[in-house]
Amino acid sequence: MRVAVAAFAGLRELLAGSVMELELPAGASVGDAWSALERRHPGLAPLAGSTRLARNGRLAAPADVLSDGDELALLPPVGGG
Amino acid sequence: MFAIIRTPIDPVRLDAAVRDDLFGAVVSFLGIVRERADDGRLVHGLEYEAYEAMALAEFETIAGEAYQRFGDVRLTIVHRVGRLAVGEIAVAVVVGSPHRGDAFDACEYAIDEVKSRAPIWKKELYADGDERWKSNACGAHESAV
Repeated sequence: MRVAVAAFAGLRELLAGSVMELELPAGASVGDAWSALERRHPGLAPLAGSTRLARNGRLAAPADVLSDGDELALLPPVGGG
Repeated sequence: MFAIIRTPIDPVRLDAAVRDDLFGAVVSFLGIVRERADDGRLVHGLEYEAYEAMALAEFETIAGEAYQRFGDVRLTIVHRVGRLAVGEIAVAVVVGSPHRGDAFDACEYAIDEVKSRAPIWKKELYADGDERWKSNACGAHESAV
């Protein structure tokens, strides 16, 4: 299945120019998707602790299972206001 | 009203969205780009970015929580994105309520929650040409991974 990846702020810049779509086996979880991203972009590993993930616009837990066509968003610590 | 906009925020127009003949109080908070970063560095502007759909949903959730906590309050939350210069308004929270106490409380609650939860980011653009993404860093974020 295919999952679109959206990244914001510093993470967007870190991943700039890279493939923003993941091909994952059926049944893959949010955590699996992060691991796949880390393998492609080793620079992500140190940011695992501060990055939150959203699936289709809602905060997601690592165990949440993804579906074909989902959007996974990578959210660094926020800084609005 | 909840919005993420790319054009200047006009606080006077936001006031209309929370007016009601039952409301005797309107409290506004404006977050404005200032010239000095927290560490004292000279800033010539900020660049904001938002995950718009999720940010708008978060604004609505926060307004709902304010209603639960403070009673009959009506909120408008607007955040600007893109490049802003010193002195420009980055965010506005406007609250109408029958009495001022609840309006002040709801306004403070809403801006605190927007700053800590809404998926919005800012980059400080320094006068010397350097730039850096800056988080609000109030409270540790639970990691999802």
